[in-house]
Amino acid sequence: MTTTALRSTALPSTLNLGLARGGLELREFFRRKEMVIFTFSMPALLLLLLGSIEHQQYAGQLLTAGMIAAGVVSTSFVSIGVGIALDREDGALKRLRGTPMPASAYFVGKLVLVLVSSLAEVVLLLVIGTLVFGVHLPSTGADWLTLAWVFLLGVIGATMLGIAASSLTRSARSAPAVLNVLFLVLEFISGIFVVPITDLPAWMVRAASVFPVKWLAQGFRSVFLPGNLKVLEAAGQWELPKTALILGAWCVAGLVLCLLTFRWTNRRAG
Amino acid sequence: MNAIELRGLRKTYGAHAAVDGIDLTVRQGEIFALLGPNGAGKTTTVEILEGHRGRDDGKVSVLGVDPARAGRDWRARIGIVLQTATDAAELTVAELVRHFAGYYPRPRDPETVIDQVGLTDKAGARIRTLSGGQRRRVDVALGIIGSPELVFLDEPTTGFDPQARHQFWELIRALAADGTTILLTTHYLDEAEALADRVAVLAGGRIVAEDTPAGLGGRATAEATVHWLAADGPHEVRTPTPTSLIARLAGGGELPELRVSRPSLEDVYLNLIGDAR
Repeated sequence: MTTTALRSTALPSTLNLGLARGGLELREFFRRKEMVIFTFSMPALLLLLLGSIEHQQYAGQLLTAGMIAAGVVSTSFVSIGVGIALDREDGALKRLRGTPMPASAYFVGKLVLVLVSSLAEVVLLLVIGTLVFGVHLPSTGADWLTLAWVFLLGVIGATMLGIAASSLTRSARSAPAVLNVLFLVLEFISGIFVVPITDLPAWMVRAASVFPVKWLAQGFRSVFLPGNLKVLEAAGQWELPKTALILGAWCVAGLVLCLLTFRWTNRRAG
Repeated sequence: MNAIELRGLRKTYGAHAAVDGIDLTVRQGEIFALLGPNGAGKTTTVEILEGHRGRDDGKVSVLGVDPARAGRDWRARIGIVLQTATDAAELTVAELVRHFAGYYPRPRDPETVIDQVGLTDKAGARIRTLSGGQRRRVDVALGIIGSPELVFLDEPTTGFDPQARHQFWELIRALAADGTTILLTTHYLDEAEALADRVAVLAGGRIVAEDTPAGLGGRATAEATVHWLAADGPHEVRTPTPTSLIARLAGGGELPELRVSRPSLEDVYLNLIGDAR
C-alpha cells in the first residue's frame, strides 16, 4: 500500500464525522436541562395561553398549526444562531478549526441536532393540539408527505439562516436578544399569534410573505386543518407549490448567506 | 527536515507591522519557547504557523508544508492546545477525548492519554465540574490525542498552582522524550528555563535574541556578582572570574553568606525587550 492510499483511507469520512458530531451535540443539548425545558415549553405555553383567550371557531387549530411553525423556527433558527455564537465565544469553534475535522462535518452535526429537537417540538405541540384543541392528525398519505417536506424545507432553511445570523451578533451575550427580536417580529406579522391571518393588515401579510415563517405556518395549516378552511388564508387557498418554491428559495439563499458570512472567531480575520 | 522554518516572515495591519521579518528554525524533537511581551507578535506568528492567519511576505514551512495551503492530512499531524477554551461544559472528559480521537487517522488510545494528563479519576466527570488546572489538562489531552508530530502550546500553565505546573512540565517533557516537537509561548521565564531547549525573544515584531535558556543574551559568560559577609559588613564584587576571586578569599577561612549570582533569565529578558522598545 502506498502512503497516499494509506493516508486517504485513514482520514475519517465527513459524513461519519458529521454524525458523530450530531450525537455529541444532542448529548450536550439534552444535558442542559434548563435550556431544554424553556426551549420546548415556550411555544407550548404560548399555545395554551393563546388558545384559552381566542374563542372563535377553529382558533385552537389555527394556533396549533402556527405554533408548530414557530416552535420549529425556534429550535432551528434561534437555537442554532445562539448555539454557534456560543461555540464561537467559548472556544469550541477555535478548537475544532485546529483539528482535521472539516467544517462541513460541524454543520452536519448542527443539522442533526436541529432535526431531532425540531421533531421533538412538533410532537409535543401536536400532543397538546390533539388533546386540547381538537386537532386531527393527517389522514392521507399526501398530507403526511406535505408535512414531511414542509418540515424539512422549513428546518433546513431556518437552520441556514440561523448560521448566517450567528455571524451578525457581536457576542454570545447579545445573540439571544438579537435573534429573538427578529423572530418575534416575524411571528407577529406571519399570523402566528393573531388568527386567522386575514385579521392582519394586508401590508403586513405582504411583508411577511417575503419570509419563510408565514409559508411554514400555512403549509402546516394545510395539513392539520379541514380543507374548507383554506378560505381563512390571505389568498383563499393553501398555495402549496408557492410554499415549496419560497421555502426552497430560502434554503438556497440561506446556504449562500452562510458561506458568505460564516466566521470561525469573534475577531474579524486578518 | 526541520519541524518549522520561517524566512523573512512579515504581517502588517495597516501601517503597523505585527511581524516584521522573522527568521526561525525549530528542529524536530526540540522544545522551543517563544518569549515576548504582549503585542510583540507572538500570537500572530503562532497563528500563521497553525494556518489560521495569512501572511504578507516570507517563506513558511511547518512539517515540510506551507500552512496557508495545508489540508486535513497536515492538520492531522499537528496538535494545538488552546489558551482560553471553556467549551463542552456538559460532556465528560472521557466522552470528549474519545470523540476527538475519532477526528484523526492514527489517534492515541483515549484512556492512555487521560491517564497521561492525570485525569483518570475525573474521566467520568462533567467538564464544567473541573478546576482550572484540570480543564487545561483536558485541553492538552485534546491537543495530543491525534499523536501529533508538532504541538503548539500557548501560555499553557496560566492560573496553575506550583504543584500543578510541575506535573504539567513533566507531561511536556515526556511528550518531547517521545520525539514530539513542541512550540511553547509563555510569559513565565522559569517555565521557558525549565522546559525549553532553545528560546527566542520577540519584541516589536522581530527576534531580538535566540539561544539556549542558559546562554541567552550572553548570560553564561556575563560578569558574575559575588556576595559575602566579612567582619566589616556585607561585600559585593562584580567579576568576570568569580572562581579565582573565591579561591583568594577562601584563604581566610569560611565565608559567611557566600553567594555567586549571574544575571537571571528575567534580568536578561527585561534588558532585551527594553532595548528593543
